[in-house]
Amino acid sequence: MRNPPSESASSNGLAFLIKNRLHSTLSEIGEACRLLAETIFQIFRPPWQFDLLMKQLLFIGFNSLSVVLVSGFFTGMVLGVQGYVQLKPYAVEGSVAQFVSVSVVKELGPMITAFVLSGRIGASITAELSTMKVTEQIDALEVMGTNPVKYLVVPRFLACSIMLPTLTIFSTFAGIFGGYVAVVSLFGFNGYFYVLEVQKNLYVGSVLISLIKATSFGMAIAAVGCYKGFSISTAGGAEGVGTATTGSAVISLITILVLDFVLNHILFNILGLI
Amino acid sequence: MISIKNVRKAFDTKKVINGLDLEIPRGETLVIMGRSGCGKSVLLKIIAGLLSVDTGEVWVDGTEITKLKKKPLNQIRRKIGMLFQSAALFDSMTVAENIAFMLDQHTDLSQQEMRKIVDEKLKLVDLHGVQELRPAQLSGGMRKRVGLARALAFNPEIILYDEPTTGLDPVTCTEINELIRDLNQQLEVTSVVVTHDMHSAFSVGTLMVMLHEGKQLAYGTPEAMINEDNPVLQQFILFGAPDQILNIDNPTLKKFTGRKPQ
Ligand SMILES: Nc1ncnc2c1ncn2[C@@H]1O[C@H](COP(=O)(O)OP(=O)(O)OP(=O)(O)O)[C@@H](O)[C@H]1O
Ligand SMILES: [Mg+2]
Repeated sequence: MRNPPSESASSNGLAFLIKNRLHSTLSEIGEACRLLAETIFQIFRPPWQFDLLMKQLLFIGFNSLSVVLVSGFFTGMVLGVQGYVQLKPYAVEGSVAQFVSVSVVKELGPMITAFVLSGRIGASITAELSTMKVTEQIDALEVMGTNPVKYLVVPRFLACSIMLPTLTIFSTFAGIFGGYVAVVSLFGFNGYFYVLEVQKNLYVGSVLISLIKATSFGMAIAAVGCYKGFSISTAGGAEGVGTATTGSAVISLITILVLDFVLNHILFNILGLI
Repeated sequence: MISIKNVRKAFDTKKVINGLDLEIPRGETLVIMGRSGCGKSVLLKIIAGLLSVDTGEVWVDGTEITKLKKKPLNQIRRKIGMLFQSAALFDSMTVAENIAFMLDQHTDLSQQEMRKIVDEKLKLVDLHGVQELRPAQLSGGMRKRVGLARALAFNPEIILYDEPTTGLDPVTCTEINELIRDLNQQLEVTSVVVTHDMHSAFSVGTLMVMLHEGKQLAYGTPEAMINEDNPVLQQFILFGAPDQILNIDNPTLKKFTGRKPQ
């Protein structure tokens, strides 16, 4: 026999669970925004510690440049092959260069770079900060009169916002070059024509879009990485560090995708950039 | 110097500090005793402004710190040195960088001047030639002493020690006890020492408090504590150091504790 009270309790339980979950997600987003606001506030307040920023810039550059180049190159190759094969039946395979360069500049360059950095840099920021938190190093910073947001978050945030567009330039060139290698070597496409077509379709507006997107992704990766690192409870231990780190990578991937959609809408539909 | 008024602190439903009142006058060394998990480390973090309180007031050097903004709180914290139970050294930095951290952040001293202070503080805690090592390369006891050197680097007026002698050998223990006493007597710092080590407690403390269930069970001078007629307290003191406290006929031990009981 079924027990009616328990059923109603369980459906109540589900509603309660969803409500709770929603509430905690919203309050987490609120907390993350507060951290972001304080970070931006602290960026403009002296003293500025350029050595800390420099260290983060180098760390990100050294860690990610090769992966970004390789990912960009192969993405460009795939685009070249796919574009050529898809355009050929309509006898417009000559547009493959335009297809590759426009996709890479406006969409895939920033995207690939952001994906690589969210896995490598975002996760490592979370791992480092959450370890510092559980081992009381953040408490130690505070006791010594140093603001952890200023000391730890600001340099990481700035470094991500600077390095993402920088690395995007590299991945974009790698992508265009990858497309070149693919169509020229596999389909005997005219290399000179490819370069000409790329040049013809490269607008200031497109580059601007690319850089705006990349900078926004960089900020998102750093904000999520730092927030996930800071929000771990001191009682979390090593297990908490692991959970926070994977959580950070997943959340920043989703944030990047959502942000990309929003930015596309704003940049193309509202501002009318090309 | 430090006064705690009716402070309550709970984690979720777990009440840790439960209406505590405590006075720590300037220049005194207060020893905090209590069973493991009774909230001693939590209390130190409340004094340092690292944990918020649920209700109550915490006064440090004439300022109520519980509702203070970050900036003025950081100003007060520069007067405070804290040794964490886990040492909490920055593991991305060398020992020297750890000790010089506050100097580097808050002063314009040259590298050379900072190095001099680092060497001097390391000598105080009896460590030599470890400047360029990383915390991961040190033993537990060494880490603790580096943590202590770091807490002393900015010449604080208030020092909070969380179990300064735990994990140290008896000789180093005695040295650290002497160091705490010297700092108290020569520089007139106000100290709060959390310890389970009764030997250390009676050798450094000028005041003592026993925490129990989030409140103070007993408070007073070491002499008063020994004479206090409270079974929980007496058990704690007796089990901790029967010889040093009871064996009044033993002059050698008495010399080491540096204090005549009763
Ligand atoms: N950040 C925290 N989150 C949740 N609970 C905590 C936190 N910090 C401390 N507690 C709880 O507060 C209680 C007191 O902890 P505290 O570390 O102050 O004990 P203690 O007296 O220092 O013990 P010990 O002598 O073993 O160091 C413990 O029960 C602990 O579980
Ligand atoms: Mg403790």
